[in-house]
Amino acid sequence: MVFAAAAAAVPGSGPLAPQAADWEPLLPGWIILLPLLGFVANSLCALLAARQSSAAVRAGGEWDPFAGGKRPLTHTLPTWIGPGVMALAFLLTLWNFEGMWAAHLDEPVVEKFWTWIVTSTLTVDAAVQLDQLSMIMMLVVTGVGFLIHVFSVGYMRDDVGYPRYFAYLNLFVFFMLVLVMGAGYAMMFIGWEGVGLCSYLLIGYWFTDREKSDAGKKAFIVNRIGDFGFLVAMFLLYQAFGTLEFAGSDGIFANAEGTLAAGGATVTAITLLLMLGAAGKSAQVPLHVWLPDAMAGPTPVSALIHAATMVTAGVYMVARSSFLYALAPTSQAVVAGIGVLTALIAATIALKQYDIKKVLAYSTVSQLGFMFLGAGVGAFTAAIFHLMTHAFFKALLFLGAGAVIHSMHHALHKTGSHEDAQDMRNMGGLRTRMRITWVVMWIATLAIAGIWPFAGFFSKDEIIWYTAAWAGAESNPYGWLYTVYWLVALATALLTAFYMTRLMIMTFHGSSRVEKGAQSHLHEAPRVMTVPLIILAVLSVFGGWVNVPEELQASVVGFFGTLPMSEWLHHWLEPVTAGAAGVQVAAMGDPSYSAPLVGGGEVMWALISTLAAALVVAGACRYLLARKYVPAAEAAAPSSGLGRILYNKWYFDELFDRTVVQPILAASRWCWKVVDNVLIDGFVNFVGNFTRLAGWIASLFQTGQATTYAFVLTLGVLAILGAAVFLQ
Amino acid sequence: MTSFVASIPGLYEDWILHALVWLPVAGLVHVLTTSPERSKVIAFRWSGLVFLLSLGLWWAFDPGNGGFAFESSVPWIEAWGVNYSLGIDGISVFMVILTTLTTPIAILGSFNYIRKRRKAFYALMLLLQMGVTGVFLATDIFLFYVFFELTLVPMYFIVGIWGGERRIYAAVKFFLYTAVGSLLMLVAILYMYFSSGVDSFSYEAFLNAELTMREQLWLFAAFALAFGIKVPIFPLHTWLPDAHVEAPTPGSVILASLLLKMGTYGFLRFLLPFFPGASQHPTVVTVMLVLGVAGIIYAAWVAAVQPDAKKLVAYTSVAHMGFVMIGVFALTVNGLQGGLVVMISHGVSTGALFLLLGMMYERRHTRLIDDFGGIGRVAPLFATAFVITALASIGLPGTSGFIGEFLALIGTFETHAVVAIIAATGVIFAAYYMLPMVQRVLFNELDKEENRTFADLSRREMWVLGPLVALMIWIGVQPAPILERMEPSVQVVLERVEEGAMAAAAEGAVEDGQLADASGRAGPPSTSGPVDGLNAAPATAPAPARTTVPTPGGED
Repeated sequence: MVFAAAAAAVPGSGPLAPQAADWEPLLPGWIILLPLLGFVANSLCALLAARQSSAAVRAGGEWDPFAGGKRPLTHTLPTWIGPGVMALAFLLTLWNFEGMWAAHLDEPVVEKFWTWIVTSTLTVDAAVQLDQLSMIMMLVVTGVGFLIHVFSVGYMRDDVGYPRYFAYLNLFVFFMLVLVMGAGYAMMFIGWEGVGLCSYLLIGYWFTDREKSDAGKKAFIVNRIGDFGFLVAMFLLYQAFGTLEFAGSDGIFANAEGTLAAGGATVTAITLLLMLGAAGKSAQVPLHVWLPDAMAGPTPVSALIHAATMVTAGVYMVARSSFLYALAPTSQAVVAGIGVLTALIAATIALKQYDIKKVLAYSTVSQLGFMFLGAGVGAFTAAIFHLMTHAFFKALLFLGAGAVIHSMHHALHKTGSHEDAQDMRNMGGLRTRMRITWVVMWIATLAIAGIWPFAGFFSKDEIIWYTAAWAGAESNPYGWLYTVYWLVALATALLTAFYMTRLMIMTFHGSSRVEKGAQSHLHEAPRVMTVPLIILAVLSVFGGWVNVPEELQASVVGFFGTLPMSEWLHHWLEPVTAGAAGVQVAAMGDPSYSAPLVGGGEVMWALISTLAAALVVAGACRYLLARKYVPAAEAAAPSSGLGRILYNKWYFDELFDRTVVQPILAASRWCWKVVDNVLIDGFVNFVGNFTRLAGWIASLFQTGQATTYAFVLTLGVLAILGAAVFLQ
Repeated sequence: MTSFVASIPGLYEDWILHALVWLPVAGLVHVLTTSPERSKVIAFRWSGLVFLLSLGLWWAFDPGNGGFAFESSVPWIEAWGVNYSLGIDGISVFMVILTTLTTPIAILGSFNYIRKRRKAFYALMLLLQMGVTGVFLATDIFLFYVFFELTLVPMYFIVGIWGGERRIYAAVKFFLYTAVGSLLMLVAILYMYFSSGVDSFSYEAFLNAELTMREQLWLFAAFALAFGIKVPIFPLHTWLPDAHVEAPTPGSVILASLLLKMGTYGFLRFLLPFFPGASQHPTVVTVMLVLGVAGIIYAAWVAAVQPDAKKLVAYTSVAHMGFVMIGVFALTVNGLQGGLVVMISHGVSTGALFLLLGMMYERRHTRLIDDFGGIGRVAPLFATAFVITALASIGLPGTSGFIGEFLALIGTFETHAVVAIIAATGVIFAAYYMLPMVQRVLFNELDKEENRTFADLSRREMWVLGPLVALMIWIGVQPAPILERMEPSVQVVLERVEEGAMAAAAEGAVEDGQLADASGRAGPPSTSGPVDGLNAAPATAPAPARTTVPTPGGED
């Protein structure tokens, strides 16, 4: 039915409906420029502050910018600059969103600023592209980004590096906007590596901590493995199309079908290499290892970069390349397979983690896997939909966790305790102290668990449903594989419900495991932090209502059409995804409208899944509330069996260390110590010493007379010349 | 500015090239006649003046059809047909500006570093500038060779007198390595002059030398060895780490920014145009590409395990030059342009890295990475400049390093996809060697008391680094004006190689008794429908001016 709806242009929203009006975007460059200006201004504050700080450190002390209860200007200006530029960028985006909506845009609008790279065979413009897909991303980046900036004002308030933090955060948004607005793969790549840089800087924000700067470095290097794939994909695209632009008459997507044979090696190679890039950026197996470590950064950073925006860039890129993926069914199967495998592995690891942020990190990896599953099976709209709802509820979860950590940290600090403020075994019973956080985090948990009517229910359900539907498509060569994906995805969805409930129970319920003295210091976060939480909670409830298939709307899920739901997002993205959908239907035939193996329609499976998730949540509550947890200091690590493997994250880090890192290091040392120092230099030194010996013998002929030397020199040159002339 | 320069036609372009070569010599004389205390300021002023004058080239130089501009020639040794002749084109103009920019910055960066025999030092620096400028401007082969050798002498003394503990070993190694190469080149030059119907040493005359394929290959080998040592190409690189580590900061800067470029410049200016047949010979191309790629990976690996920061950066130079080599021998517009941009970018970013390491050495008298840590806390400006420079060096988009590597790789991919793919792993290994160093120097705990007093950038040091950092970002954001200026000259080189390829193909065909069917490969795509397979992909690319070099018929 979804496809039927897609085919029939709905009045007022389909691409063919009213005549598309000319639309001039309002100052699109400023949307990008504003965060950059914020970065510059905050950087100046940061450098001024750092000068003072460094002077104090050099004198042997520490700088306390808040001494005497007064905040210096360098620590008050960023409060207004950082969130301020974000608010302006968000308003500008909203304005353009409204304009684009009214204009019924059916072709991307490309705004060129200057010619970036130009040779006689390659031209890359510094240009942005506005269409429905980039608009959704811009709304998420500036909107959720703004909320997280505001939250940060409270969270980072007492940090010495406050201005530096906002400088990095603004710079990140700048690069993220370049990524989603760039009018071609090359522009996208600027943002792609730029956000990687900011991620590096923000993970290692507390750079004097070795562990944290190690984590930043790891993130950058692993990301670069993905970037390698992106680079080579660009080379292939350039070779095939002679350009790297998306749109326009000679752009990639206008010519993809004519240039690349469907299912051919070229398009498969391109899409697989792009997927390598996406796997690096979006933490998909096996390149997911950097994301859990990335939790070393401040928690709002985890919310913004490592949950809501940057890590979803890979999904965006696959959706942006939907046309290419539709032409490469094998790549699609690989993308979906990596996605569902990642979802499963990460969900299992999340079951056994105790650090609240680590659980959320693996949960993010898992949810990203769902998005790739959606993109892989050709449900690009569903993938973007889940990206959007995930941005709401995962940002909320991270910020909520931030509020918890903030409170725990504060309380433990007051009592001088060195307990881990992030370990859930040290928490428990927080609901009485942090009412708002408790409620909003339950909302987010229900959303991510896929329980009706929260946002995550609709988006996750759509992905799983599409997997089922395409599994039954008449001529899908990988139909059986899709069936496996569908089953794994269903199982993973239930795991999600379990580990999230576990997080909530361990943190907020049961009796408090916080040290006695510290308990009274636990407190709810200030309003600057709770207001963003509440806004995100509202979005986590209703955010899913913008893309409900009509059949579901008309069923009990939509209270028989009485709830204000629509299939808006689907229609909105249609100009971007319709081409790919057409190609896919042409190749695989129409998807079936019943689940594989057992049958049953979309409404039935929606009900089954939400009921199952609800049962898991309820069961987990009962089961876990009865358990007794002990504080981290007294707890022992899981000693055997599956628990230990999961606790140790399937040993991915150890595996990479042994099979990749150590061999390369050993090879590097060998190259240096043996090849360079012994082989090459040994030869050179031998020649040198031999010459010296010969020179010593020759020095016996040294007469000290210039004329003799000149004579010998001339003889030598003549001899060489003669040899050259006569021996040719 | 444009109108100002245009308003004095026939003036600026008449004297500027001579001024660029000889003003440093005037400065040298001035330095020698002044007191040691004043000598550094005098040297800086002269080189600064030269830089300001050279800036006019940006506006006055018109790339035109890619040939030499501002040419002038004075007979020097008439009996041998040797002329003192200078000219500039789209390839050399940026090398010259890089020279005039780097020299004053290196001199300014040496103010505290150089403590002994200052007059001699600054005189040698100016002599070096004169030699390097001459190398890039000479359009007479004999004159070129004189300048080329001239650079060897001051560098030898700079390393040997003002260098570190093992300076003698490093200086001698540097001298011997390069002298061996350049002597072979001298023999090759003389051979060309005497045996191939050339009546003068002018560039034009050498272009028209009639050489058989066999001769071309031998001469190519001699030239390639000379320039390859300078570049340096793996495995001829072992003089470089020693020379860099022992050289004083300004010496390292000049060495990395300029002297290495003389090698790559030689490939572009002389090797490809003189020996077009050899330059596109499949074996030669394969060897050069493999050595280029080997340099990229090998040097990156070796760099990653260096305990000495300066040695680490020295090895990264080898990796960067590998990108130039593959770009050049890809024989495509993108490849050559990319190679040129890498040359510029490397000059700027690696020069800046050596300056930064020099500042570290001045403060702590050590170059070992493990002696630092947490510097970011006490020297935020220093740390900022360090991070930006490191990122430009590893080719982050938005910096100069990316433009060059991207173009070089994409250009290589057009003709040698596998080489480009292997070389592209260099982006991973770049992060692998650079980020750990950045971390161990700037980040981590400030656990050594000596580092607590590590001073931040002084005002002078800001002036040293500021222009370079600005250039890294400016070239990264706005490379088009540079690319447009160098393009015509790059095309000239490529056309020349292509003509030679045709001739060689014809020769080969005659030798083998076959018809040359090379034209079929370079023609327009015969199919316009969808194609399959990676190998068929090039044919579909709409490439009006693509210069894919046809394989000679005899070799195919």
